[in-house]
Amino acid sequence: MSGSFSVFARELKLAWSGGGGAALPVGFFAASASMTPFAVGSETVALQTAGPGVMWIALALSSLLPMERLFQADLEDGTLDAYAGSGIGMEGIALAKTLAHWIATGIPLAVVAPVLWIMLQGPVEATGVVVLASLIGTLAFFFFGSIGAALAAGMRRGGLLIALVTLPLYVPTMIFGAAALAAAADGADWVGPLLLTASAALFGVATSPFGAAMALRTAID
Amino acid sequence: MAGEGASSLVLEVENLAAARGLRVLFEGLSLKLSAGEALELRGANGSGKSTLLRILAGLTRPHAGVVRFSGGAEDAPRHYLGHLDAVKPSESAAEQAQFWARYFGRDTQAATAAMKRVGLANRSSVPGRGLSAGQKRRLALTRLLIEPRPVWLLDEPTAALDTEGRALVSQLVADHRASGGMVIAAVHGDGFADSRILDLASLKTGAPKAGADA
Repeated sequence: MSGSFSVFARELKLAWSGGGGAALPVGFFAASASMTPFAVGSETVALQTAGPGVMWIALALSSLLPMERLFQADLEDGTLDAYAGSGIGMEGIALAKTLAHWIATGIPLAVVAPVLWIMLQGPVEATGVVVLASLIGTLAFFFFGSIGAALAAGMRRGGLLIALVTLPLYVPTMIFGAAALAAAADGADWVGPLLLTASAALFGVATSPFGAAMALRTAID
Repeated sequence: MAGEGASSLVLEVENLAAARGLRVLFEGLSLKLSAGEALELRGANGSGKSTLLRILAGLTRPHAGVVRFSGGAEDAPRHYLGHLDAVKPSESAAEQAQFWARYFGRDTQAATAAMKRVGLANRSSVPGRGLSAGQKRRLALTRLLIEPRPVWLLDEPTAALDTEGRALVSQLVADHRASGGMVIAAVHGDGFADSRILDLASLKTGAPKAGADA
C-alpha cells in the first residue's frame, strides 16, 4: 500500500514539475472549442445546438493526448522493471499513475471547461453542471485511456493504437456526458444522464487498472 | 542485513529454457544456489544472461522449466537491477533515493545512509539529467541498500562504474553474502571473489545439461 501511495505522490509531483503536463491538453481543448464559432458560424442558435457535443468531443480527444506518455517513460527508463521486480502489484501502479495524471491534467481541463461553455453560448446557470460533468467525464476518459496507454507503451508512435483501442471504450461516456450537457443547456433534467456518465466512469476506475496491469506485464516480458 | 530466515534460503532451477521469439537462448538449465553464495553468469552478448536474470526476477516467463525459492519465504523478496537505472531526469538524486525509501516503506534515513554508502552524498541535489552514467548506476545501487532483500539479481552491475565504483560493488556483494544473502550477476571482466560461474554458452547446444553444479 505504501508502494502505490508513494508512486501516486511521485507521479503528481513529476506531472507538475516536468514542464506543465497539463499545458498541451488544456491548450488543445481550449483551441478546439474556440475554433468552433469560426467553423459553425457565430449565430447563437447554431452554437447552442452544436456546443455540448463539440465540447464533449474536444474533452475526449484532449484526454487522449497525455496517454502516450503515461507508461512509456517508465518503461523506457527501467522504472517499470524496478516496480515489477520489487513484487508490488502492477494494478496498484497503474491505478496510482492514472489517478495522479487525472488530477494533474483532468482537473485543469474541467476548470477551463466553463469558459469554453460560455464561449459556445451555453447558459451561465449550467456552468456548475459543466464542471461536474467534465470532472466525471475526464475520469472515465483517463481510466479507459490507461488500457490503451499500457498496450501501446512498448511501441514507438503507439498513439494511433491508443486511439483505436480507447475510442470504442469512450462511447458510453460520450453518449451520456453529451446528453447531460445538452439537458443542462435546455434546462431539462440532467441528473439522470450524469449519473449514467458517472457509472461509466466508476466502471472504468474499477476495471481498467487490471487491464492496464495485464498489458504492462506483457510489455516488460 | 538480509531478512529473517534468509540464511536457509535456497534457489532451485530445474530444466529451465528461455526463448526470444523463435530463437532458443538456452535450455536444460538446472542449478541450485544456497544463501551466502554468488553466481556469476557469463557468456557472449545475446547468450541469455539478461533473460535469465529477468526470469529469476519474475519479469519474464520462462519457455520451459521451474524456478523455485525455498527455505525462507516462498516467494523470496528480490531486487532486480537491470541495464536501465530507473533514474528520472527531473528529480534530484536525493529525492529519488527518498522516493524508493517511501516506496519500500522505509524512513528517509535509510535513503540518506544509502546515498552516503554509494558515494553520492555530495551530489544529492543534482537532478537525474545532471548525473553521469556511473553516478546514475550508483543511484540505482541505493535501492539494494534502502530495502534489505535476500536475493540480488544484478545485470552487469559494474557497467559505467570507475575502479572505485567496481570495488564498491564487490564490497556490497561481499557484505550481502556475509549476512546470508544470495547474489546472481551477469558479469564481464572481473567477477566477485569466491563465486560460482555459469557459462550460458555451454547450454546453447540443445542437449539438456547440468548447469553450475556440473
